[in-house]
Amino acid sequence: MNPHIHNEEMFMNRRVAYYQGCSLEGLAHEFDTSTREVCAALGIELVEIPDWNCCGSTPAHSLDPVLSAALSARNLAIAVREGADVVMTPCPGCLKSLKESLEVYHNPHQRQKLLDILGMPFDGEVKAVSVLQLLYEQVGPEAIRERVVRPLSGHSLVPYYGCLLSRPAHFARFDDPENPVSMDRLMEAVGASVPDFPYKTECCGATYGVTRNEIVGKLSGRILDMALGVGAEAVAVACPLCQQNLDLRQGQLNRQWKRNFDIPVVYITQIIGLALGIDPKKLGLHKLFVDAGVLLEKRESENSRAV
Amino acid sequence: MERAHTLTIQKTCDKDFIRRVEEASEQEVSKCYQCGNCSASCNYTYVYDYPVNQIMRLIQLGQKDIVLRSRSVWLCAACQACTTRCPCNIDVACVMEALRVMSREENTVSLKDVQMFYDEFLKSVKTFGRVFETGLLPVYNLKAMKPFGDMDLAPKVLQKGKLHFLPSRIKGRKHIAEIFERFEEQGKKKQEPREVNEPSHSQ
Repeated sequence: MNPHIHNEEMFMNRRVAYYQGCSLEGLAHEFDTSTREVCAALGIELVEIPDWNCCGSTPAHSLDPVLSAALSARNLAIAVREGADVVMTPCPGCLKSLKESLEVYHNPHQRQKLLDILGMPFDGEVKAVSVLQLLYEQVGPEAIRERVVRPLSGHSLVPYYGCLLSRPAHFARFDDPENPVSMDRLMEAVGASVPDFPYKTECCGATYGVTRNEIVGKLSGRILDMALGVGAEAVAVACPLCQQNLDLRQGQLNRQWKRNFDIPVVYITQIIGLALGIDPKKLGLHKLFVDAGVLLEKRESENSRAV
Repeated sequence: MERAHTLTIQKTCDKDFIRRVEEASEQEVSKCYQCGNCSASCNYTYVYDYPVNQIMRLIQLGQKDIVLRSRSVWLCAACQACTTRCPCNIDVACVMEALRVMSREENTVSLKDVQMFYDEFLKSVKTFGRVFETGLLPVYNLKAMKPFGDMDLAPKVLQKGKLHFLPSRIKGRKHIAEIFERFEEQGKKKQEPREVNEPSHSQ
């Protein structure tokens, strides 16, 4: 435990190292801004890891798990050096790399190889969580419900979790691997209606958008089709890659499916931010490719007790 | 696509391959009893040459060549559905990942363009410390002979102000390059005579 934080109750939970990752610097810029805005509004201080590097993502895993672990260990080691005991990242891909790095460190057969490749001190004394996990477990739906000033009453949103946020269970240690509910509960807390969504964890096609575009077309198209089928007007996501496949590539999906999907794909942090009354522009709502202005419409609550 | 022939399967069985897969993945592939839950859960079976349950069986039978040359190994997205539903608690996705690493080492990667994309990605990381999306995609598309891949997206991305023309270089990029170099050194030591681990696309 960090010696600096003994005296301040809750401080440990309120100050976290922040690893944004490469996607959030580029195509998923609004996931970064909305994460920062929402955390600030809820009293969580994010301290960006100085001079962080790319986690290596899927390509590093395909080369060697220990190389991948070393790339992430550099970020973790810097965070520890800066006094952090929790690292939060919004990206599930980065999260996987950070957590696997800790697994490799704690594996006696692999630790030395990791440290040899890393070439800097690292003690593994740090935990990695997603922004979803942080909001759900450290803040919680009830605390968020109390802070809502602009409820999303009358808006129907489906939560799409994707592959990695709760899977595999022994690794994620968060939510349910088959039927995760954390986003459901958070969206209910901000007043939205959340239909049951059978494709919560069906893969969107992941990194094959570039190399095998038709795979993403098929898998992501199916997800949007189901979202419309259950009556959603928007899809909530917590992964930059899922978001990119469903939003940026929606035109490609339309061509492949001969459909006219026009459904916004919004980050969970943007949804919570809107309900907390944060300026939509600060949340980067206008940066989404499919216009999400529909979420700003004020509607009558279907259930006056919803908020 | 190669097929396993029942009559000659003993001859083509590579017992050391079974051991290596189990060792690299730290999974007991021998526990698989072919229930098929993994394949039923897999969103990629429709593009695989061998459904993932067959990959597991082929490992048990030591069919190294078929497994390491399969398309399935490189079309797996590591989505964890198989792992989540395996009643024997085998981390199937982890086994697939170990196979990808081994197929690189054996130079039997089936989808050269996927490997090329990954290698271009890692080059970007090694050079800048972070991934430079704008630089990565055109280089990959040219090398993969798909010059117009995703061209339709460029104007949209530009319009949203998300196209970056300069890479984000970190101060510690030398450290990142050293991480790669130390890793490559270790690989050379491990398998002395063979040229390995330097991402190559000589195909």
